[in-house]
Amino acid sequence: MNTKRIVFSGSGGQGVITAAIILAEAAVIYEGLNAVQTQSYGPEARGGATKADVVISEEPIHYPKVIHPHILVCLTQKAYNNFSGIIHPGGLLLTDSHYVKQERKVDARRVELGMYRAVMDKIGKPIAFNICMLGAMTRLTGLVRAESIMEVLETKIPVDFLEINKRALEIGLQLAETHQ
Amino acid sequence: MAVKDYLRQRFFPQIWCPGCGHGIVMANMIRAIERLRLKKDEIVVVSGIGCSSRMPGYLDFHTLHTLHGRALAFATGAKMSHPKLTVIVPMGDGDALAIGGNHFIHAARRNMDLTAIIMNNSIYGMTGGQSSPMTPFGKKATTATSGTIDHAFDFVGLARGAGASFVARTTTYHAKEMIKIIAKAIKHKGFAVVEVMSQCPTYYGRKNKLGSAVDMMKRFKEGTALIGSKKKAKHPDLIERGIFVDEERPEYSTSYLELIERLGNSTTY
Amino acid sequence: MRADVRFMQGNEAIVEGALYAGLHFYAGYPITPSTEITEILSERLPGTGGKFIQMEDEIASMCAIIGASLTGFKVMTATSGPGFSLMQEAIGYAVMTEVPSVVVNVQRGGPGTGLPTSVAQGDVMQARWGTHGDHSIIGLTASSVQDAFLMTVEAFNLAETFRTPVILLFDELVGHMREKVVIPQPGEIEVVERLRTSVPQGTNYHPYLVREDGRLPISDFGGVHRYNVTGLVHDMWGFPSSDPKVAYDLIHHLVDKLEHRADTIAHYKEYFTEDAEVLLISYGSSARSALHMVEDRRKRGVKVGLLELQSLWPFPGETVRKKCEGRSHVLVVEMNMGQIYQEVKKAVSKPEKVFLANRFDGVFISPADILRLLNVIQGKGV
Repeated sequence: MNTKRIVFSGSGGQGVITAAIILAEAAVIYEGLNAVQTQSYGPEARGGATKADVVISEEPIHYPKVIHPHILVCLTQKAYNNFSGIIHPGGLLLTDSHYVKQERKVDARRVELGMYRAVMDKIGKPIAFNICMLGAMTRLTGLVRAESIMEVLETKIPVDFLEINKRALEIGLQLAETHQ
Repeated sequence: MAVKDYLRQRFFPQIWCPGCGHGIVMANMIRAIERLRLKKDEIVVVSGIGCSSRMPGYLDFHTLHTLHGRALAFATGAKMSHPKLTVIVPMGDGDALAIGGNHFIHAARRNMDLTAIIMNNSIYGMTGGQSSPMTPFGKKATTATSGTIDHAFDFVGLARGAGASFVARTTTYHAKEMIKIIAKAIKHKGFAVVEVMSQCPTYYGRKNKLGSAVDMMKRFKEGTALIGSKKKAKHPDLIERGIFVDEERPEYSTSYLELIERLGNSTTY
Repeated sequence: MRADVRFMQGNEAIVEGALYAGLHFYAGYPITPSTEITEILSERLPGTGGKFIQMEDEIASMCAIIGASLTGFKVMTATSGPGFSLMQEAIGYAVMTEVPSVVVNVQRGGPGTGLPTSVAQGDVMQARWGTHGDHSIIGLTASSVQDAFLMTVEAFNLAETFRTPVILLFDELVGHMREKVVIPQPGEIEVVERLRTSVPQGTNYHPYLVREDGRLPISDFGGVHRYNVTGLVHDMWGFPSSDPKVAYDLIHHLVDKLEHRADTIAHYKEYFTEDAEVLLISYGSSARSALHMVEDRRKRGVKVGLLELQSLWPFPGETVRKKCEGRSHVLVVEMNMGQIYQEVKKAVSKPEKVFLANRFDGVFISPADILRLLNVIQGKGV
């Protein structure tokens, strides 16, 4: 596996940073890969946008930040407007159709999924929206196995919320499956 | 044991001026410790900077002469890490209430079992007679040559308001009362503060024409009265002596040990 | 034995390292970007029988750990820029009284309140000279979460060995970055315990009589030896003295015990240095970008190498001088206006060959930033 650089962007409260941590932890603990996760505050996360970077590789990772992501996830229009230009040519741009209207042409595979809608329809609460996104993203990219994400969820999520999160992950996986 | 058995005579003579009240406080603190039959090995005396803060060096206990104003913070660390120790903190009024004011109110709030003995001579002695937060309004100092326009702290009100569970005041004139009060303060389980009005004939006395050390001590006799005494009722302007606050309240290091107990020992290493 | 592989933040690894080393007492005050250390320890320490206290400020935190250390326990505090400034007087007190203590400074942008959430390495000189008076100090740093763990254990070991405050000079990026850490099994890496006096009860114990090897066996407060500790210049009894000979010997001892060992206690890592024409010198998170750039250039046949310093203070000048010998250029990479750059220039025989690649605007220095400088010094233009 070549080094993959991923950026998750959105607004505070959407669980963007948590999603990044779960992905990176799954890669390290359950896939035997190297992963580094960082997040930006201040000027890099312009206008209250939240941005979390993950680098995953079989090789040791030195520079931990992401300048041109292979995979860019935008969960708000603002995040999309800010970051869609930085995507690596030929990369994957994943957005949520409830929050983001993809208006620009970028040299990337563009995927719009109704993740928020599906979570609201099937779970009724937006709390596991980020996990649904993670499910869709892993299915689209094959970065890590869904089981690995599940393993991390089991160690990280309080028991009362585990079932909801597992369902959200499933919803995401299915959405991506249907899309493909 | 005699008072001298608690002293490190190797380091005498001490640095205090003739007539200074701090030696009286040291001797009576020793008498209080003797009365309580505390073991020398179990006592830590922590001080900051100033004339009064030189006291620990002369005492045959575990002694820690620290930074200006910070004695209570050092003492907090020592007491909390080793709760079996008896920790006594002699301080000056500038040390405790100006540069150390923040540590003072927080130590009072936490109610850790420390005994703060504040020798209030209304002046900074070691640096040569500058005004302190306990210099009364209008009194002179080298930084207030026309009389200070600062207002002094209401010491008892401050300590009580900050949460000290034992607050008392005495003077260098009232030696027997001082021993009794200091002994009670040390025995008290919680943050105890004792203000000892102490004379500085060299600076405060001279600047304010208060006469000799003996004259100044006479003023302590005449200018103070026991809490609730007839003398106080007759002369409401007199400064009150005695124990103002003596309450039982959860003590910090005990509460922490209970927390450890509650959590059980889940040590990984 | 199965390796204990975890995924965690630098600040969490500092906590793990401190607990591994035997931390018993922690006092702290919240400040970004070091707050996680204080939060996590408030939860972890009581469970290990250790003590945590949130003090009223950073001054009190530093003072409290010194008081606790004297009763015989391993101690630590953690802070960031402004809090580190507040601690300086008490750090000097710990230097003077030779009290083992560990101070973590997760650096952020300065001066003043600066850039609280941004990465910076501007406190390097403050760690060295922040407190007043002639003295020496130990300052360690790390560029990865794993090394943050290891350097924290080492900080406790050095603090105990030399009876000195040790500054752990991390930066925001390492503090907040998450990556893989392998937690060693107990006993797997050395943990130095406090050297206590063997002088029996009833025999005179001289708390500040330096042994021939430069070490000072300690007696705990609460033990059988009652002695005085003061921040004033003091004699072998710990009693204040203004004797010039006493002052001379004491200051010499405080400085020499560390400066004479600067190169023997130094930690550093080398990458591609053997045949490097241009040597990069970096530390902390900056070293990650430097190494990224070095590996990238090596793929293109450019002979560059990296010396990553983990010990900043006492500065390992002799080591740096030797490593720089015979290079065409030396490029120091750091996130300040040249604090280690100046030290390197002092150490080497050809200071005119030493250059600086830096950032101090709160943005993490990138491999591209460093490459621009490399191109300039190699005459390839901007």
